[in-house]
Amino acid sequence: MPVFVPASLEEAFAVLEGAPGAQLLAGGTDFMVEVNAGQRRPATVVALGAVPELKGWRLDGDEVVLGAGLTYTEMISPELAELVPGLAQAARTVGSPQIRNAGTLGGNIATASPAGDTLPMLMALGATMTLGRSDGGRRAVGLDELVVGPKRTTLQPGEVLLEVRVRAGAGRQEFLKVGTRNAMVIAVASAAVVVDFERRSVRVALGSVGPVVIRAEEVEREAAKLIDWDARRLVGPLEGSGDFGELVRTAARPIDDHRSTAAYRRHAAGVCVTRAFRRAFSSEESTAP
Amino acid sequence: MTTVLTTGPGLRGGLGESVRRPDGGPKARGEFAFSSDLEAEDMLWAHLLRSPHPSAAISSLDLSPAFAVPGVAAVLAAGDVPGRQSFGLDYPDQPVFAGKVVRHVGEPIAAVAADHPITARRAAEAIAVTYEVTEPLTDPEAAMEAPPIHERGNVLFHQDIVHGDPGATGEVSVEGSYATAMQDQAFLGPESALAVPAGDGGVDLYLATQWLHVDRDQIAACLGLPLDLVRLHLSGVGGAFGAREDMSMQVQLCLLAMRTGRPVKIVFSREESFLGHVHRHPARMWYRHSADADGNLVKVEAKLILDGGAYLSSSPAVLQNAACFAAGPYRVPNAVVDATAVRTNNPPCGAMRGFGAVQVCFAYETQMDKLAAALRMDPVELRLRNALRTGDTMITGQVLSGAAPVAEVIRAVAAAPLPAEPGPSDAPEIALPGGAGRTAERDRVRRGIGFAVGFKNLMYSAGFDDFTTARCRLEEGRVTITSAAVEVGQGLVTLMQQIARHIFGVADVSLGEATTAGIGSAGSTSASRQTWMTGGAVEAACRAVAERLVSSVAQRLERPLASLRLDGGRVCSDDGAVDLSLVGAASGQVFEETAVYRHPPTEELDEKGQGNAHVSFAFGAHRAVVDVDLDLGLVRVVDVTTAQDVGRALNPLQLIGQIEGGTAQGVGLAVMEEIVLDRGTVRNPSFTDYIIPTALDSPPVTIAGLIEEPEPGAPHGAKGAGEPPAISSTAAVAAAIRDATGLELARVPIRPQDIALALAAFEEDRQ
Ligand SMILES: Cc1cc2nc3c(=O)[nH]c(=O)nc-3n(C[C@H](O)[C@H](O)[C@H](O)COP(=O)(O)OP(=O)(O)OC[C@H]3O[C@@H](n4cnc5c(N)ncnc54)[C@H](O)[C@@H]3O)c2cc1C
Repeated sequence: MPVFVPASLEEAFAVLEGAPGAQLLAGGTDFMVEVNAGQRRPATVVALGAVPELKGWRLDGDEVVLGAGLTYTEMISPELAELVPGLAQAARTVGSPQIRNAGTLGGNIATASPAGDTLPMLMALGATMTLGRSDGGRRAVGLDELVVGPKRTTLQPGEVLLEVRVRAGAGRQEFLKVGTRNAMVIAVASAAVVVDFERRSVRVALGSVGPVVIRAEEVEREAAKLIDWDARRLVGPLEGSGDFGELVRTAARPIDDHRSTAAYRRHAAGVCVTRAFRRAFSSEESTAP
Repeated sequence: MTTVLTTGPGLRGGLGESVRRPDGGPKARGEFAFSSDLEAEDMLWAHLLRSPHPSAAISSLDLSPAFAVPGVAAVLAAGDVPGRQSFGLDYPDQPVFAGKVVRHVGEPIAAVAADHPITARRAAEAIAVTYEVTEPLTDPEAAMEAPPIHERGNVLFHQDIVHGDPGATGEVSVEGSYATAMQDQAFLGPESALAVPAGDGGVDLYLATQWLHVDRDQIAACLGLPLDLVRLHLSGVGGAFGAREDMSMQVQLCLLAMRTGRPVKIVFSREESFLGHVHRHPARMWYRHSADADGNLVKVEAKLILDGGAYLSSSPAVLQNAACFAAGPYRVPNAVVDATAVRTNNPPCGAMRGFGAVQVCFAYETQMDKLAAALRMDPVELRLRNALRTGDTMITGQVLSGAAPVAEVIRAVAAAPLPAEPGPSDAPEIALPGGAGRTAERDRVRRGIGFAVGFKNLMYSAGFDDFTTARCRLEEGRVTITSAAVEVGQGLVTLMQQIARHIFGVADVSLGEATTAGIGSAGSTSASRQTWMTGGAVEAACRAVAERLVSSVAQRLERPLASLRLDGGRVCSDDGAVDLSLVGAASGQVFEETAVYRHPPTEELDEKGQGNAHVSFAFGAHRAVVDVDLDLGLVRVVDVTTAQDVGRALNPLQLIGQIEGGTAQGVGLAVMEEIVLDRGTVRNPSFTDYIIPTALDSPPVTIAGLIEEPEPGAPHGAKGAGEPPAISSTAAVAAAIRDATGLELARVPIRPQDIALALAAFEEDRQ
């Protein structure tokens, strides 16, 4: 089984053109698990680890451009955490230090697991993914266009996820992940909330409670009504003990499986969204991890 | 409280010291060879084809597609087993290869040897099996009445205990039904071995196991070979906890080696490991406790059902333990226990650390808390009032003759200071329930405290002829200890050296190979028995050599034997005229002695469950402190404090290791560890989904007391400490979660939904 290690994007595309069935390898933390379990038998592998264009991140105007090869450890770095705190929070919930050093943003997106921990925050941030082909073609898509089912994406053979764009400092961001262990665990429910005070918008996304990440638009609409944008505080029932539980439970479409029950997932997603809102409006700064 | 055992002037590394393990450095550096690291020239790789169904008839089996795969050297199935067709620790009811039926998911049907592990796996997958799938029998209660799924029936073992007056009544009684899930030993080193065919028609098997000789006996029976042609050699063991007591692939691997005439290696994948070894029996338990108004226990009634899965394994002994210890370490004058282990199409269950004592401890300790509440009594006070003492009679009629510091372990734990309450912003966020998930809201976190006491037997019980063999050789001043006892990580290798140093007063003690070739059985590394048993045999062998050495000096120098002694590595006379080093004393001679050690005999239980079935018992108590997120049901175990009855601390560091590890395994069962079954199929055969505590889930284990009351009859007074620390931590954590939430929580592991949805429903009812 040939493994190519291209040193540039151009080289990577050249290899892909010659071997259309080739499979992309980034940090290998999903890929190699599947190989070892006999579920993936690649004929050709293109390892992206040495492609400089996919690495790191940069600012482009008021956008942050995140390379597909950005690792979780890099997402947690203070400089980036200040610009996209929600992503840093999500990255800190992932795996163990070893996984955070190896695993990448691109790999998390392309794996398209309903439990992929960066996905709810990317959805709430309204992130745009740029995909590239060897013929120079590029397309920019939202998460809902890219991830269409559990482990199913619209990535075409030979297509490479290049980068992810999000707005820098887009308001208060909160990510909460419920797992059945205190670390190194797959989410049974998660929630991402972004409250953008400048644009006066609210975005809510739920993880692990449906086949793909769910954007909870009904919750967003109701939440917007409960915000006093000028005073930057919550009004109405949320001030007290009110919650979004019922709305979130309705938006969620979870299943029963060996990790949890649908009923608990709905319930937990509701708790997470409510807590995320309270934090977003608390006087304390949003905690970077 | 610690007693210093001296090992001669100036010598380090003797008994009572926290001696470092000889294999510690290599293990920490990644240089230790585990059984999965074995290699031989020209070696083949084996793979087992396993049943995907919990219950099916095999209507046809076509091996030819596997033979057709290039690189395949042999394919074997039922019909290729020359000797006995089945194996089993208690009775051979488990086929080497399933023939006409499969009874559990993962049951081996065929075995392939090929030039590469992937070739072997693909060839096994190519085998054509036609199954007529039948409805699996997975409900243990239904199993008792259901049509038998094995010719030996669905009741694997039944044990009644009737003690005192079954009609006795108390003024207060509490009742409850409890359940524990199927736990896995979750060792890290998967099943692995290398079989090498020998020129004499026999086979050498290098493997990780818990008892070389009993594996050998079973393999030889299935291969149809005399015992001396089957030689087992211990390879590096990556954990065991009971899961390596049964055989998993030994016979199949030897058969492949003998068929091909080449060395054959096997290493299970993690999924195969989960399917290929026995688990802790899930239990369903009904209890009624009766007491007088002062809180003296009057009667305990229990009905226990253990799910043994498809085959017998060690179910009878596990069940007997559950029954014997069903009332806990308390004085219970009257008891009625009705205990049954049943056969189902679930994965086979057998030995796991705690061996039947863990399940009942969860139930009886929950009952004790209920009883305390009903009596409006402090739960610690209730336990102290009823705590067993030396001289008391247990529900099996056996009088406790050894050390029984039950009240001492309870008091030590109860007196230990509690960890500080977290202030509003004191604890870092990651230390709150939910940990790295950032979910906790401090004002929705409640603290709870729980308490539990447990006990179990040490060594084999109920009339079993339990013995162990060890050899000591003294040559040119060097001591070599040889035994077939298995080191599974607990530290027997350290202890054997400590004992030899203690007797000979020399620093340099080597260990011989653990093998069935050339030395007798050391018994199983289980039942918390090797410190006592192999420790006893090593001590006896060393003493025999020492005596021969001294008497040879006496003879040579024509001095009365009584005037000479071995002291601090020298043979000396009282008058100081003789003072020889070991080399000088031996004067070119080599001394070798083999000793066999037996513990005092035990009896079988009679039909009323009465009899002196056990040699010795160890007791322990845990207090758990937990924080619970009331809305999400997430738990963080903040602290576990324990006191253990250890007899003597022969190596305090290793002892603490056992206590911390056992406690953590109990914490795992309390809050997360469960083999999830769906109609006989394991849904989580991986470490992705069979979750065990991480560093963030394992609380600091505070040792409030190592109670050193020497056990009469035990070498150096030491009790085994492998299992006792694993018994009551589950119950303590569950009690703490109950304390925090006010919920009943009658099943472990306690899942987030058990807490969060119950509290939410409760809230809703109130509104
Ligand atoms: C122990 C462990 C713990 C884990 N914990 C978590 C967790 O807590 N949360 C979580 O979300 N995930 C977790 N994961 C899963 C995994 O680590 C993440 O999904 C990770 O982001 C995958 O990235 P990678 O770089 O390793 O991808 P790889 O494994 O290399 O690849 C994954 C997939 O993405 C494709 N791919 C990679 N890069 C590109 C690209 N640039 N363009 C197109 N396709 C691409 C590959 O072809 C492959 O299909 C865990 C995994 C392990 C082994």
